[in-house]
Amino acid sequence: MIREVLKYCISFFVLILFQGLILNNIEFGGYVVPFLYVVFIIALPFETPNWLVLILGFILGIAIDSFTSTLGMHTSATVFVAFCRFYLLKIVAPRGGYEFNTKPRIQDMGLVWYLFYATILIILHHLFLFYVESFKMTQFFYTLGRALASALFTVVLVLIVQLFNYKSTKSA
Amino acid sequence: MKNLIQFVTKNFFVFLFGFLLFISFVLLVQNNNYQNSKVFNSSNFLIGNLYSTINNVNEYFDLKSVNADLAEQNAKLQSTQIATFTKINGTVVEINDTVYAQKYVYTSAKAVNTTTNKRENYITIDKGSLNGIEVGMGVVSPLGVIGTVKNVSENFCSVMSVLHEKNAVSAKIKKTGYIGSLVWELGNYRIAQLKDIPNHVKLNVGDDIITTGYSMVYPEGIMVGKVVGFDLPEGNNFYNIDIELSVDYRSLSHVFIVKSWMKNEQHELEALNDAK
Repeated sequence: MIREVLKYCISFFVLILFQGLILNNIEFGGYVVPFLYVVFIIALPFETPNWLVLILGFILGIAIDSFTSTLGMHTSATVFVAFCRFYLLKIVAPRGGYEFNTKPRIQDMGLVWYLFYATILIILHHLFLFYVESFKMTQFFYTLGRALASALFTVVLVLIVQLFNYKSTKSA
Repeated sequence: MKNLIQFVTKNFFVFLFGFLLFISFVLLVQNNNYQNSKVFNSSNFLIGNLYSTINNVNEYFDLKSVNADLAEQNAKLQSTQIATFTKINGTVVEINDTVYAQKYVYTSAKAVNTTTNKRENYITIDKGSLNGIEVGMGVVSPLGVIGTVKNVSENFCSVMSVLHEKNAVSAKIKKTGYIGSLVWELGNYRIAQLKDIPNHVKLNVGDDIITTGYSMVYPEGIMVGKVVGFDLPEGNNFYNIDIELSVDYRSLSHVFIVKSWMKNEQHELEALNDAK
């Protein structure tokens, strides 16, 4: 249990630093920006209490916002995703509920399930984030395009991260 | 009362969500008003220092081009030295302090963080109130205009760059002297737009765009960029002009913060006009 908590703490800081120092500098013509840090919320265990997911989302958002001086922008998006996760997990639950000791990852739940679950959350997160950033409807389709393209990029990054995990747990 | 408590505990999750979302929107709105809240911006101590450590490493990769820029600037400065001029007419009195009053003072500084992929881009610089930096000062580099100081902490300041939706720089065409306003409209961080140039002005691709010095934020004649393309929409009195900025905001390093001695005087004088 303690080891698990420690593992999540480390991944929390690694993700924040990775996002703040490397990914924030990536851009393709000012259009696509990946926000990988949201994978932290996606990867939390099924048994995590709802309120804890919300609080963790809030802290994660504040941390990311401190890097970009956009206090509140990422925070609202992560809180929103933490909220949606609860209902999405209910919808996509396998028959008979989640088995004990399984986590939302490819080797436990299968590729199709994971892709479905992660993609929906990532798209929700990016849509919310990009519309809050622009804060107006005049550039509706431009913002929509930005959000979806960036979300696609993030999904690819999430899969790459998952593959790393996959290998390490198999060999261990 | 009992029912109320039961209701709240039953829907605790939804209430907590509403509460946290409310907090983040309050933060967001406050943040928009003040541009940056006092504590959590990139000029705060912890993250400012982290960025400056990383920048220390990154700087080595840029040394070559930075040296070239500095050498070029040295050459320019050298050529304006009194020693490089020869007196043609021996009777002319050359140096007179009452003729030249100092108007601008430059402080050298280093950019420690910069963004180019947002709607509102800021640059963090390693000089702050301890170095006499104040809100509203201009920032330039040897290559051209950078932006305006927006927030100041003890050791750092954050600068609203030209790549900021709400930042308009007063600029003119060097050759003809016509004045427009330079704005940046998302997307490509190398290209900005020059507005308000009337349709009778002759334009060429490659024309230099420089600052006007009207607002006393930047000195007059600082390079802004070059015209890369323009068109005249039908029925419109003003050109759409694309400017390639002379500064590459993704490889910023050494910059100068400009303090104007006469800015307050000019503003006070102009305020008298409005008061009447």
